[in-house]
Amino acid sequence: MSLLELDGVKVHFPVRKGLLFNRTVGHVYAVDGISLKVEAGQTYGLVGESGCGKTTLGRAVLRLVDVTDGSVVLDGTDVAKLPEKELRTFRRRLQMVFQDPLGSLNPRQNIESILSEGMAAHGIGADQDERRERIRDILAKVGLPSNALSRYPHEFSGGQRQRIGIARALVLEPDLIICDEPVSALDVSIQAQVINLLEELQESMGLTYLVIAHDLAVVRHISDVIGVMYLGSLVEEAPSDALYEEPLHPYTRALMSAVPVPDPEVEDRRERILLHGDLPSPANPPSGCRFHTRCPWAQPKCAEERPELTDAGGGHKVACHFTGEIKAGTLRRAGEPEPSAAPEPSAPAKTVPPQAPAPEAETPEAEASEGSSGEGKPGAKAPGAKASGEK
Amino acid sequence: MSLVSTTSKIDRLAQLTAGTETSSGASLWREAMRRLRRSKPALIGGVVIAAFVLLAVIGPWIAPYSPTDQTWRGEVFSNRGEFVGARAENWFGLDHLGRDVFSRMLVGARQTLLVGVVSMLIGLLVGAVIGLVSGAAATLGGRFGQRIDDLVMRVTDILLALPSLLLAVSVAAVMGQSLTTVMIAVGVVQIPVFARLLRGSMLAQGGSDYVLAARSLGIRKRRIVVTQILPNSLSPVIVQATLSLATAIIEAAALSYLGLGNPDPSVPEWGVMLSQAERFFDNEPMMSMYPAVAIIITALGFTLLGEAMREALDPKLRG
Repeated sequence: MSLLELDGVKVHFPVRKGLLFNRTVGHVYAVDGISLKVEAGQTYGLVGESGCGKTTLGRAVLRLVDVTDGSVVLDGTDVAKLPEKELRTFRRRLQMVFQDPLGSLNPRQNIESILSEGMAAHGIGADQDERRERIRDILAKVGLPSNALSRYPHEFSGGQRQRIGIARALVLEPDLIICDEPVSALDVSIQAQVINLLEELQESMGLTYLVIAHDLAVVRHISDVIGVMYLGSLVEEAPSDALYEEPLHPYTRALMSAVPVPDPEVEDRRERILLHGDLPSPANPPSGCRFHTRCPWAQPKCAEERPELTDAGGGHKVACHFTGEIKAGTLRRAGEPEPSAAPEPSAPAKTVPPQAPAPEAETPEAEASEGSSGEGKPGAKAPGAKASGEK
Repeated sequence: MSLVSTTSKIDRLAQLTAGTETSSGASLWREAMRRLRRSKPALIGGVVIAAFVLLAVIGPWIAPYSPTDQTWRGEVFSNRGEFVGARAENWFGLDHLGRDVFSRMLVGARQTLLVGVVSMLIGLLVGAVIGLVSGAAATLGGRFGQRIDDLVMRVTDILLALPSLLLAVSVAAVMGQSLTTVMIAVGVVQIPVFARLLRGSMLAQGGSDYVLAARSLGIRKRRIVVTQILPNSLSPVIVQATLSLATAIIEAAALSYLGLGNPDPSVPEWGVMLSQAERFFDNEPMMSMYPAVAIIITALGFTLLGEAMREALDPKLRG
């Protein structure tokens, strides 16, 4: 049995209006029916662009936000339906590492207080001396000097603060640690430190992680299984290597193709799938397949029927009606040239359509631009490609 | 992997630099006191407040004349616009009834301090309790808590919507004229301000990551409010307290001006003096200057100290 099983988890936030008597005028479908399993001792990576609901999902697992529907089962206990009192004690088994290392530490508490508070709440350690002993132990494990105890969060560097955050989660000896963008607020050199630390700790302590991130390289490095989220639901789930070798869902393909290859020759020639438009509002999601508004392969069926997450072989699950056709090349992208017409360097240039306005800079993975711009033209960058290069 | 070796180097470097810093972090309060002592505004504010408090205590003994005896009654004719300004005998001159202004100022400090501090404390304590309940209910109470918060805040909104002077006048009119009435009336006006301020500040802190972290650690909600949210929400309230001390003195003066102040004429008070002197501002402006400047300096002292305290208590500004 898996350590953590999510089944049809939905988190809908009501949108209220009114002064005294609040009417519910709609919902934000932040997480809309997610099922996944995290095996003990493994790392599950969750990727997706900003606003797709991955952070909300992480919080729903801890029930920091209320789960509207579905179950979050950790080792046989449904966290989503646990009464408030039991939930408090149960939280010991589920811990979280936050994105903002400074913001997640109370500036008025010293490190000893921050680390011992959780233990005190759960009655771990008979007295403060015993707890301090344990804290020193954990501090050594995460690579912090033991004189850190009486100091305050602002006296540490970003990487050290994140280590404190990790130590805070570790002292309670949880079964599962949810890492919500654990390194995205850190320098690249420090990112590597923290990622390696997380891996070392997993090996030595047998931890299970649910890692939420938008950095594909980080997720690939650390995860055993990766789930790709788009607008509140999973579009693809596969073992890490399988996903990177052969992304099947159009959205995953677009994400992967946005990652630069460290080889100028390949980088210039490789095919890029550029998505157009912004992420639709989760308060008013598109009908059918959530991705059909931006999908270059979209068909009429996609707007009508929502695809289920189905196994495409070898544990590689995809939620797309046309996985096979796209893979076989029988279904062509909008604007993609016929294979018979060899890509003349000058030919596509004439057909470059008017450019969409530059997208918001927050989501580097999802480049909003016309699908065919710059295609098959090494060197000569179309305006769309330029726009993405500026970010 | 090459990353690992660089990593351990960086680690060692981090530990080295960490080791050279002061080995133990100073306690937050001790550190705040140290920074307060170093800050010039705090020093000035502290000196002003100390002088004010000293005056309030020893004023009656060092006053050269009686503050209430109309000793020089024959020299002042307010109806004819004849006043006596500063002179060797009476440093600050005489008021409209022929009393020594300097003595009245010295003796009046006590009353002024009392009115200011007590009414500020009334507003602060009651307001903070309301704000705490409301803020705690809103951040951690769930749906039910938000109802409570809504209700409490609508009531304070009503209080806030009333013009403060009108509210004070109503309180004074209902309770009759006395010193206590003045203090309560002025204090009640401050309640919604403090309540709103603390609640808003708590709401902001309640959404922060460290509160989420505390919740996910499984800490009891009551404890989260007391140890996490409240300490981080108090700075604006402290600043507001010092500011409202100054306004309380002025409010009390306004009440006296409207005839709702302390009815006992034997106790001079700066606010009362100011409102009385205002009538003769055309003929003898200096008479209102003395209490006005005294109130301003006192208010400034409290404000300077309050601002310095806020800075000293903010750990993010420590360096």
